[in-house]
Amino acid sequence: MVSTKHTLVALVEDKPGVLNRMVSLFRRRNFNIESIAVGSSEMSNFSRITFVVDGSPTMVEQVRKQLMGKVVEVVKVTDITDKNIVIRELALIKIKAPSSARSEIIQIVDIFHAEIVDVTQEYLTIEITGPEDKIESLLDLLKPFGIKELARTGRIAMTCGTLVDEE
Amino acid sequence: MKLTGAQILCESLLKEGVDVLFGYPGGVVLPLFDTFPQYPALRHILVRHEQGAAHAADGYARATGKVGVCLATSGPGATNLVTGIANAHLDSVPMVAITGQVARSFIGKDAFQEVDITGITLPITKHNFLVMEAGQIAQAVKEAFYLARSGRPGPVLIDIPKDVFIEQAEFNYPAKVNLPGYNPTVQGHPAQIKKAAEMINNACQKPLIIAGRGVAISGAFNELKQLAETAHIPVITTLLGIGCFPESHTLSYGMLGMHGTAYANWAVSDADLVIAIGMRMDDRATSKFNEFAPAARIIHIDIDPAEIGKNVRVDVPIVGDIKKVLIPLIKLVKSNQHVEWIAQLDAWRKKAPMVSSRIKNSKVLLPQYVVHKIYEITRGNAIVVAGVGQNQMWAAQHFWYDQPNSFITSGGLGTMGYELPASMGVKVGCPDETVWCIAGDGGFQMTLHELATLVQDKIGVKIAILNNGCLGMVRQWQELFYQKNYVDTPLSCPDFVKLADAYGIPALRVSTSQQVVPAIKKAMATDGPFLIEFVVAPEENVYPMVPPGEALSKVLLEPEKEVHVWSQQNTP
Ligand SMILES: Cc1ncc(C[n+]2csc(CCOP(=O)(O)OP(=O)(O)O)c2C)c(N)n1
Repeated sequence: MVSTKHTLVALVEDKPGVLNRMVSLFRRRNFNIESIAVGSSEMSNFSRITFVVDGSPTMVEQVRKQLMGKVVEVVKVTDITDKNIVIRELALIKIKAPSSARSEIIQIVDIFHAEIVDVTQEYLTIEITGPEDKIESLLDLLKPFGIKELARTGRIAMTCGTLVDEE
Repeated sequence: MKLTGAQILCESLLKEGVDVLFGYPGGVVLPLFDTFPQYPALRHILVRHEQGAAHAADGYARATGKVGVCLATSGPGATNLVTGIANAHLDSVPMVAITGQVARSFIGKDAFQEVDITGITLPITKHNFLVMEAGQIAQAVKEAFYLARSGRPGPVLIDIPKDVFIEQAEFNYPAKVNLPGYNPTVQGHPAQIKKAAEMINNACQKPLIIAGRGVAISGAFNELKQLAETAHIPVITTLLGIGCFPESHTLSYGMLGMHGTAYANWAVSDADLVIAIGMRMDDRATSKFNEFAPAARIIHIDIDPAEIGKNVRVDVPIVGDIKKVLIPLIKLVKSNQHVEWIAQLDAWRKKAPMVSSRIKNSKVLLPQYVVHKIYEITRGNAIVVAGVGQNQMWAAQHFWYDQPNSFITSGGLGTMGYELPASMGVKVGCPDETVWCIAGDGGFQMTLHELATLVQDKIGVKIAILNNGCLGMVRQWQELFYQKNYVDTPLSCPDFVKLADAYGIPALRVSTSQQVVPAIKKAMATDGPFLIEFVVAPEENVYPMVPPGEALSKVLLEPEKEVHVWSQQNTP
């Protein structure tokens, strides 16, 4: 069966070991997790996690049911891949920026509505937020200058108009 | 008043109705053992190896329906439980395993006898807890027992550091669990139940019920019987479902799967409606997934939504507790007759009966004969605990089980060595029942040290070793699929009669058919444990057999009666 990228959003109790239990279920099925983003949710003591995984729809559905049914602290998992959603990711990019290249870099940063968050003699650090393809495009343009460090948060996502846990 | 962590644990266990623990002491659990004399209502049975403690708790749980409890020290004690925990996990057995952990300040420092047992058991428990304060023990115990016994049951582990046993805290047993993420669906969806009823009433000529252990767990024995009788539907079971429907009933057609009856497997292959109840479509039961029940629509009822559609396509899924689904379903099901279909199954049964004339008339002592005589002499009033391998299949095939939980065996994990310690737990849980442990000579040698426990704690298990001088089931596969290349399957054994004698257990050796009945009668008439070594034919095979990876319709019969291959075109 065709393997496609799925975005799963989970609401879980904020307790030690929860992430471990969830990831372990993916590992058993030999799923490659492309990204995980964990943070607090609108409720205290509950976290919201966004997983991006590759797998066939039936495999992903199996794991979704297992996450909900077998990990006690998991309240809800929704596959929002086919829904109307906003997707965001944040990246920090450190590039080599000799004075000769600076103005060109700043121009690119401006076009992408990114931000320069740190400047030194040698380096510029750029912050960008957006869907992955926007980040990818910026990275493509910056590559020739020499990307020295890159950190990405992984995808977070939210359904538009409806509440994800209501579905 | 403040209590120590150890006292809080004991008090909490009593609140959960625990009367017995199977365990083994060690450094970090000493404060707990030190406390036991204050709680005489908690019987502690000292096993000889922690694996035995887990299997005993498992056997106790299956036989009584209550949560079984086992206990071990940190490190090697905890790791010795692992096989038993995995065994309980795969067979959905309610169990609470308690382990000691090194003191809090030592955790994560590779301290003496430290292992990360919550990490190790993460994929083989329903849930586990590392309790870091005495004040949290009661809540953890409350939740552990609730999780173990509710929904789809399973093992839960509680790991408690040594100094937490000593720490003092107020004891208040919580009234409620706090598990916002845990809400098993117990009531079946009414629309789905209605759909299923319509299918059963109007859309089938050849319906078939496949019952699994979920029926026993849910206590739906009577409801299943009512459904089958009302709609006149034949019933077959999985290995673990044996006894969920009385095998002496006219609608019972035995077990399906690799060593199921030929007629059960043919029935699955020909049915136009399969109602799978409390079973998880295990590959040993279904064989080739995509050729399972090829002509049937499938109604699958299970409490675990993750089991639905996992291995086999499903037309009508119903998630819920079996009993709570069957009660409304029965109300909607019309009284019916499936005379032709039943006649077909009866004809198949006549064509391929479980007991061949060869078995009946054998001059050499056959294991099937032994099992059957245990059935006759006990009149079926016994709980049989089998090992794994050929002995397990013969125990399943040649004894007719009419009660749920009267046949207890390691299904999912197939753990050799389960039989003796599990039967110990069964007998402790059901002291008034006759308990027969049917073992292979290989499996018995894996956990025979528990003979000492039987003696010390006066546990009257009757043991039948079917000694074929080899690892029979593996030898059978070598015979059939590896050109009789018998590598490492012949095995020597001690003189089992002398061995039993050394432990102080009366024993007999039986090597002819004539000696079988008197020996079994002797065992039954003797108080306490008794061991019989049956020296049986060394190269007997288990039939019928569905070759691994084949569809159920490809079931092979005993070769003496010509190999019969069934296919759609060639209905026997
Ligand atoms: C712990 C464990 N190790 C290995 C196996 C693989 N295995 C399955 S059946 C079997 C042979 C069992 O021999 P025995 O206990 O003598 O029983 P028999 O088949 O002869 O009745 C083996 C080795 C297993 N199921 N469990």
